[in-house]
Amino acid sequence: MKIKVLYLASLREQLGKSGEDLEIPAATSTVAGLRALLMARGGAWQAALAQGRALRVAVNQEMAQPATPVKPGDEIAFFPPVTGG
Amino acid sequence: MGVRIQTKDFDAGAEIAALRRNNPKIGAVASFIGVCRDANEGTAVTKMTLEHYPGMTEKALEKIVAEAKARWDVMEVLVVHRVGELKPTDQIVLVVVTGAHRGEAFAACEFIMDYLKTRAPFWKKEETPQGARWVEARASDDEAAQRWEPPKSSAA
Repeated sequence: MKIKVLYLASLREQLGKSGEDLEIPAATSTVAGLRALLMARGGAWQAALAQGRALRVAVNQEMAQPATPVKPGDEIAFFPPVTGG
Repeated sequence: MGVRIQTKDFDAGAEIAALRRNNPKIGAVASFIGVCRDANEGTAVTKMTLEHYPGMTEKALEKIVAEAKARWDVMEVLVVHRVGELKPTDQIVLVVVTGAHRGEAFAACEFIMDYLKTRAPFWKKEETPQGARWVEARASDDEAAQRWEPPKSSAA
């Protein structure tokens, strides 16, 4: 299935990329599954998305959890904890 | 009521006057302004860049404002947050809440700021004499937001 992935703030800098359109296996049906898929790229991906790194994920611009489903056409954003205000 | 993200500065007096205009029911106006400091974590800060997630930012702020209006008896709410490059002494964020009485207006204003700090997708990058660095989220901000969580039900 096709999805859109965004990388924001410090994560964008670590990955050298602000986002991409991805074709992922239909079996990758959750946020945790997508994170594992991206980590498998190794290098900066493995390091920046590693478990234990403070990371937030939004699906279609709503805060999500590891078990949140990923569906065709979704916009999934990975970013560090927020620091506005 | 409204939520605005903008690069330009804001005039709190003008914003409050617009919010209060022709409303004789308002008896209290509570407001908060967040300002850019010249130091953080013991290091000088010469400027900062505020980034956000367009689309999600507005939705997140609108949800926070809606929750505040549901929890407290307030009238108008305005949130203005700047993005882009800011220097020490520059204004960053404005929250204004109007209501009949001060207690509800104060509480709603503080709640909105605490939730904004932990739930709205903004990120600060600071320029320091040692180079640029992303601001780290603070545990104290999470604790401030948790104060407003409803008490956990002990029912089985």
